[in-house]
Amino acid sequence: MSATGARVTNVVMAGLGGQGVITASDILAEAALHAGLDVKKAEIHGMSQRGGLVSSDVRFGERVFSPMVPPGEADYLLLLAPTELDAMAWCLRPDGVVIGTDLVSPDHLPNKRSLNVALLGALSVHLDLPPELIREAMLAALPEKLHATNEHAFEIGREAALARRAAGG
Amino acid sequence: MNRQLLSGDEAVALAALHAGVSLGTGYPGTPSTEILETFFRLGGRAQWAPNEKVAMEVALGAAFAGGRALVTMKHVGLNVAADPLFTAAYTGVSGAMIVLTADDPGMSSSQNEQDNRRYAVAAGLPMVEPSDSQEAYDFFLRAIEISERWGIPVLYRMTTRVCHSKSIVAPHPETAPATRAPHFEHDLPDRVMIPAYARPAHLRLRAKLAEIAVWGETCDLNRQVLGSRALGIVASGISCQHAAEAAPEASMLTLGLTYPLPMELLRGFAASVERCLVLEEGDPVLADALLAAGIPVEAKADVFRFGELDVARVRRILAHDLSPEAKALSGKAPELCPACPYHTVYNTLRKHDCIGSGDIGCYSLGVLPPYQVMDTLVDMGASIGVGLGLRHTLPPDQARRVVSIIGDSTFIHSGITGLVEMIYNPPPTGHVVIVLDNGTTAMTGQQEHPATGRTLEHTRTGQVSIEAVARALGIPSVTVLDPHDDPDGFERLLLERLAASELSVIVARRPCVLAAADIRRWELHATARVLPQLPDGACEPAGAAR
Repeated sequence: MSATGARVTNVVMAGLGGQGVITASDILAEAALHAGLDVKKAEIHGMSQRGGLVSSDVRFGERVFSPMVPPGEADYLLLLAPTELDAMAWCLRPDGVVIGTDLVSPDHLPNKRSLNVALLGALSVHLDLPPELIREAMLAALPEKLHATNEHAFEIGREAALARRAAGG
Repeated sequence: MNRQLLSGDEAVALAALHAGVSLGTGYPGTPSTEILETFFRLGGRAQWAPNEKVAMEVALGAAFAGGRALVTMKHVGLNVAADPLFTAAYTGVSGAMIVLTADDPGMSSSQNEQDNRRYAVAAGLPMVEPSDSQEAYDFFLRAIEISERWGIPVLYRMTTRVCHSKSIVAPHPETAPATRAPHFEHDLPDRVMIPAYARPAHLRLRAKLAEIAVWGETCDLNRQVLGSRALGIVASGISCQHAAEAAPEASMLTLGLTYPLPMELLRGFAASVERCLVLEEGDPVLADALLAAGIPVEAKADVFRFGELDVARVRRILAHDLSPEAKALSGKAPELCPACPYHTVYNTLRKHDCIGSGDIGCYSLGVLPPYQVMDTLVDMGASIGVGLGLRHTLPPDQARRVVSIIGDSTFIHSGITGLVEMIYNPPPTGHVVIVLDNGTTAMTGQQEHPATGRTLEHTRTGQVSIEAVARALGIPSVTVLDPHDDPDGFERLLLERLAASELSVIVARRPCVLAAADIRRWELHATARVLPQLPDGACEPAGAAR
C-alpha cells in the first residue's frame, strides 16, 4: 500500500481514556509530516479523561481534505481496547486490517502502558512510511526516561507484525 | 518558518502571538480551552476570567486602550457575554478585539448545538470562519486587520473539528500588521452609550458593515475555485473540507467571511453553475440569507441540521439521499473516576432520594447510572436558581429533598448571584447548596480559577474563598468538610440541613484525583514564585508515570 500519490492512507486509533490513543496518533501524524506528506488528524477528546471511548483519525497522502476518516474507509484500525471493537467496526474498509491486542498482548510488554507504541510498531510494518520516522516522532513525543521502554515496545510490535506476515496472516 | 502540525486552537494561539496580541482572556470551555493555554506557553499574556462576560469586558477595555485583545469561549459562553458584545458593536474599539467562539455541532461536550453565526447577524459584527489550521492562522491575522481598520470587534467562529483537528501550518509572522503603542484618548460620544450617543453609534455601525460588505466582495477570505458547471457548492468552515473530498469536480465558493456576506460574488457564482448547493453545518444561516436575497440556491434537507457533517453525510446531501442513516454504536461511556471524591456525595444523595438540581462540570456524570441523582442540568450556575424555583413550588415533603449541586469553578462563574437570590427570596423550607470543590476546573482539563488562588500560569494570586463569600452574603449555615474522609459525617450533616428550614451551604472539599499531583506541584512552585517546567504537549504520554 502506498502512502504517496493521490491515495490517502486512513488510520483510526481507538481505546479508553488514559491508554495513550491521542499520543499514538500524534506520533503517526508527526511522522507523516516529516515524510513530506500532507496530513490531518481528528479526534473528540472532551470526555477522554473520564475513561470513556477515545478515537482518533489520522489521514496522510499527497493532499488530505476532511480531517475525519469517512465510515468504511479506514485502512487500519489500531485498537487498544478489544472491548470496543463493535463500537469501532463502522470505520473499517471491507479489507481493512485490525491491529490489536491479539497481535501484541500488553502482558508481554516491559510496561503495559507502552501498548500504544507497541501497536504503532506493528502498524509501521504495513505503512509506506519509513519506520525510522515513526520511531523518531515517538522519541520526540515522550520524555527521555521512557525512551528505552518504548523503543523496546516498538520493536516487539514490529516483530509480531512481521511474524504474522511471514506466517501468511 | 518550518511547517508545523498544529490543532486549530494552537494555530490561533500562534497567530495571536505573531499578531502581538497584548492580552488573551476567557473562560475554559471545550473546544476553546487550549487557545489561551497555548498562547501562554508560547510566551503570550493570558488569563482566565471568572466568566465570559467579565472576560469580554476586560478584552474591551484592553481594546479601548489601543491594545490587541483576544477573548475566547465556547459557544454557550457567548450567551453569558452577549450583553457587552451587542453594545461593543456600537462603541467599536481603538485597537483590535477578536471574540473567539468555539461552537460544538454534534455536542461532543456541550448542552446544546446553538449556531453562533446568528450572533454576527444579531449584534452586527463581522464574522470570520477558518476551515483548517492554516486558515485558523492566516484568517486570524486578517481578523486583526479588519478589527483595526474599521475599529470594530470581530467574531471569530471555530467548531470542534476545526479547533481539535491537527493539520499543517506554515506560519508567516512577517505579514502580521505592525502594532501600535497603547494610548488613551478621551472620546465620550464613541464609548459612553447613553441614548443620545448610542443613536449615532448605531448609524456608524451600519455604515462600517456596509463598507466591510463591499470589501468582502474581493477579499481573499472568500475563495472561488472553478470546476464543473453542473455543480457549484457554497460552503464555510469544516464543510469546505468535506465538500472538497466528496465532490472534487465541483465548482466551489468557500466563505471565510460569513458576515457580512459578499452577495454579488455569491450571485455571480450561483448564476455560473446549473446546480448551486449551500453546504453548511447546523442552522441554514447561509441558505436563508441567499434565498432572502433572491439568489437561487439549494439548501440541505432539514435532517442534516442535526449533528456534525462529514464526508458521508455530504455525499448524501449531494445525492438527495434521505434514507435512514446508520446509527453509530456507542462505545464505553465516560464515568466518574474510580477515586473521585464525589462518589460519597452521590451515594448519599441517592440513598435519601434527593431531587438534584444540577450544574455543568464533571459532576454532571452523576446523571448516569449508578447514581442518576441529577434531575436537571441547563446552564452554568442554573443549579441554584432552578433549585430555588423547585423549592418555592413543590409540596413541602418534596421541596425538602431539593438540593443544588454546583462545582467550584461553576460557583465562581455564576453561582454567587444564585446565593444572593437565595438570601433575598428564601423558600419556606430553606435550601441546601452543595459546592463540590475539587480545587480545579476539572471537566475542561484542570484549569485554574479565582478560588484556587493561582493564575492561568499557575503562579500565586489573590484567592476567593467560597465559604467566606457564602458567610459574607449572610447564609446562616456554612460548613466545609471532606466527604471522602468522613462519609458518615457528610450524611449526618446533609440530613440535618435538609430537615432544618434554613439556608445552608455545604462545601464538599477534596482535590480532583487527576489534578491532585499537579496542584501539589503548582502550590510548591507558586510558593517559591518559580514557574514549574510543564511537560511538552497537552496530553500525558501513555508511558509516563507521574
